[in-house]
Amino acid sequence: MSMNWEFIMSALPLYEKAAWLTLKLAFLGILASLGIGLLCSIVLYQRTKGLERLVRVYIELSRNTPLLIQLFFLYYGLTKLGITLSEQTCAIIGLAFLGGSYMAEAFRGGIESVSKSQIESGISIGLSKLQLVRYVILPQAFAVTLPSLGANCIFLLKETSIFGAIAIADLMHVTQDLIGMYYQTFETLFMLVVAYLIILLPLSLFLTWLERKVRYAEFGN
Amino acid sequence: MKGNNKVLLEIVGLRKTYGARPVLDDINLSIHKGEVVVVLGSSGCGKSTLLRCLNGLESIQGGDIKLSGKSLTDKNVNWQEVRQQIGMVFQNYDLFPHMTVMENILLGPSKVQKRAEKEVMEQASQLLDRVGLLNRKDDYPRQLSGGQKQRIAIVRALCMNPEIMLFDEVTAALDPEMVREVLDVILGLAKQGMTMVIVTHEMGFAKAVADCIVFIDAGKICEIAEPDEFFSNPKTERARQFLNIFQY
Repeated sequence: MSMNWEFIMSALPLYEKAAWLTLKLAFLGILASLGIGLLCSIVLYQRTKGLERLVRVYIELSRNTPLLIQLFFLYYGLTKLGITLSEQTCAIIGLAFLGGSYMAEAFRGGIESVSKSQIESGISIGLSKLQLVRYVILPQAFAVTLPSLGANCIFLLKETSIFGAIAIADLMHVTQDLIGMYYQTFETLFMLVVAYLIILLPLSLFLTWLERKVRYAEFGN
Repeated sequence: MKGNNKVLLEIVGLRKTYGARPVLDDINLSIHKGEVVVVLGSSGCGKSTLLRCLNGLESIQGGDIKLSGKSLTDKNVNWQEVRQQIGMVFQNYDLFPHMTVMENILLGPSKVQKRAEKEVMEQASQLLDRVGLLNRKDDYPRQLSGGQKQRIAIVRALCMNPEIMLFDEVTAALDPEMVREVLDVILGLAKQGMTMVIVTHEMGFAKAVADCIVFIDAGKICEIAEPDEFFSNPKTERARQFLNIFQY
């Protein structure tokens, strides 16, 4: 079996465009999920009345439903209720909704790893609750959390491959289209794999590097 | 005895329980300005808990604590403000591992007290110099020995300009050869007239530094005495037993 390089070259611009779109949606979705996760973990840590319950319900709902269903709900379900969002907005919200809970759990693990005596030490120099979180807990939690945050980022990036289900021309969608039109299954799937690798490998290497750097700077009491 | 100075910290009928179990019962103690009170007692007698009650790390179930006449059991008490006046040093130093020595020291004064960085830095440098660690100001805690970390922890508390310092078994986690360097710092503070409450198991040090020994047994104050008297001629049988363990 030989590879049709001519076809690959002609499809390259399509893949490039799709890759940028995938990257853009993933970046915004992941950024939002980090924000949501951080807020949720602080609510859980501080045991903020009322909000704590809401956050727990959100986390269970988000983690125990597939992204595909979440996207369908946002894209088709909300329209029934009179709210129409663009495909891309749905994709970003969907990814953030899913990722937020994973990030929250990762942050929570890190926060809980900060020892009680560290916290008391901060309290005893008069830090307020928020200052304690900002200056003592989060910096230490971050170093512990980083590996799971990184894993979540990669997980979420891969989840973007179902964005095609709500008519977004991401990498997966483009591939399926091309297969349907030209039957160049092998070439298109090959390009798909390479495209994901080009995005994910550098990210993965960067995260490994970052983990090591933070670890050396922060650890050892 | 510095008993003619004004009372800085007054503990009246303090009671602390964990559930139904009493940990401290009817503790009455007045600490005068400039006085060094050493709290002795066997493990689990409640002496560390007493210190923790004094800066609000533990809630109390009865009685009152007054700092400069102001009750700390008042609902409206601002603990953040109170804690600036009560410095505490812990057994495990607990420097913040992600900050340099200087950042550790500056955190409280700059973020809590909102003092100008330059002024705090000057004070911090002076204090570091006094404990012989100015050259380590940019190091991270993990680069320091236990004794050095504990001296930094003392400086960190001192830099808040507290009225009173609480030391909770600050040498218990140290190697024997590092104990002295930390005790010397505390002794120096005593000579400068710092008011201190010290929980320790170092009997020789207690004798040297204390104006007043408080012996606690099973959550109650058993004996309050001047150090010479306590160590040579303890009044209670329990104190005699306790001291006997330390005399090899």
